[in-house]
Amino acid sequence: MKSIRVLVPSGALGLNYDKAALQKGLEAKPHIIAVDGGSTDSGPAYLGQGISKYSRSSTKIEWKGLMEARAKNNIPLVIGTAGTCGTNSTVEWMLEITREIADELGQSIKIAVLRSQQDPEKLAAAFAKGRITPLANAPEISGHVFAHCTNIVALAGAEQITAAINTGADIIIAGRTTDTAIIAAMPLMYGCHEGAAWHGAKIGECGALCATNPQSGVVMIEFDDTGFNVIPMAEKAQATPPTVSAHMLYENSDPHILYEPGGYLDVSHANYQALDEKSVRVTGSKWVKTNPYTVKLEGARVAGYQSVLLVLLRDKRYVQNAQQWANDIQEKCSAKVKDRLGCSDSSFSIQLRLIGQSASFGALETRHSDEIVELGVLAIATADTQELAEEIGKMLNPYLLHHPLNDHEEQPTFAFPFSPAELNRGAIYEFCLNHILQLEDPMEAFSLEVINYG
Amino acid sequence: MVELSQMVQKIRSKNAGPFWLTIDLFCGTQSAYSTLVAQLTTRQIAGAFGVEETSIKRFDLPSLNVITFSLPRPQIQGSVVDRDMHGASWAALISELEIVSTP
Repeated sequence: MKSIRVLVPSGALGLNYDKAALQKGLEAKPHIIAVDGGSTDSGPAYLGQGISKYSRSSTKIEWKGLMEARAKNNIPLVIGTAGTCGTNSTVEWMLEITREIADELGQSIKIAVLRSQQDPEKLAAAFAKGRITPLANAPEISGHVFAHCTNIVALAGAEQITAAINTGADIIIAGRTTDTAIIAAMPLMYGCHEGAAWHGAKIGECGALCATNPQSGVVMIEFDDTGFNVIPMAEKAQATPPTVSAHMLYENSDPHILYEPGGYLDVSHANYQALDEKSVRVTGSKWVKTNPYTVKLEGARVAGYQSVLLVLLRDKRYVQNAQQWANDIQEKCSAKVKDRLGCSDSSFSIQLRLIGQSASFGALETRHSDEIVELGVLAIATADTQELAEEIGKMLNPYLLHHPLNDHEEQPTFAFPFSPAELNRGAIYEFCLNHILQLEDPMEAFSLEVINYG
Repeated sequence: MVELSQMVQKIRSKNAGPFWLTIDLFCGTQSAYSTLVAQLTTRQIAGAFGVEETSIKRFDLPSLNVITFSLPRPQIQGSVVDRDMHGASWAALISELEIVSTP
């Protein structure tokens, strides 16, 4: 059989790619260009608000380069998880950018749009029928959780991307997909080894992160009927058996198994062999089909509102006694909030994190030094409304500015780096689903639209 | 006592989705791997995180000279009490574990 080559420009659109490496990749005649547009890794607010993490300008510049490459080589271009979170709003955002570029380049294009956003009422019905089940360490949910989410997406797999490619589209803009599905789809369509298709996709999903010089971005994954080859495209980048096998561990809670819609990848018996100085061949990966067909759900809901302040302590005695100082403020300000705002303990929280001392690990920090020059104190007020969070922030303000270690000393004044000292963060979000949804048909939870533009 | 970071090539921690954290210890050589497999206990990792040992999944991977630990994220990613959105700084806490070195 002929091999199928998938060119991956970078780990995510917006992270940039090496243009010379991309050109080299194109000269090697790929069958498709596949780039990821996001993940949950930047936190729940992007999904909660349905917005992109990356700059629109960066996204547009990088996407334009890929649209030009696609047209010149007459191959399809696919983006998965468009706009960081893959909601309908970010798919629309990506579509708008695509149309602008098509106008600028004078391109006539066929666009397939795969939407992954979920209807909360349909999910509540599926939950009632027992078709939504928890994964390990999932939060407890009831049927009401779906209506409380501001956005819910399902992660599409290879079946849905295949359906999009089969429309004959030049460009595929997909909502939330697994990172791997956009890479695995085409080799699977052409009958390449199933285990290799998924394993190669996992290795390539972060671009050249599976090689040295990862910032170059561009990697080619070449699939055939027994395995796959990993070839980084930047001149100085090298893929070696250790760099490739190490990537299977990346962001994966089980180093041997990767769950995907419709089955799982098992790499326990994979064999990594250097082809030459810079590329690696992998064989022995296994794909195991599972029944029923399931897709993972992601949902985010509003978890409160915040006002935050940052103050700097430089006075030696305060730096040395910062924890005691912070504890005292926490206690006194909490009492004031309850007294003056009538808040109950459960309706607000005040956190003071000592940056330079224990902000990363809190009570789990094991290193303690007397040599600290200064400390930042990050004060976080969380409440049920923004008005309340701001009120608490304003009650914290005078403590953070002037609170003394004891009542007898002269009133100290600490450093606020800006005014107003309170930054109102608006709504904050939390992930509230780690569940899978059973489907009778892979397209049941997704929709596909074809648009001819220009 | 030797600091763990001095016994390995690299320690990496990262989110494995919003609900799990995974820590990879790249030992670099077979001998460093063998030493660590014998001397680093899952209990020490549990102690560093202040969690039950049983909540930690351990994978000793001799073909890669890697030891991987996965555990429920100490705080769900992005929750009000979470301190590190990407989960990468936890590697520092593990790097500084003191290992009893036996000749």
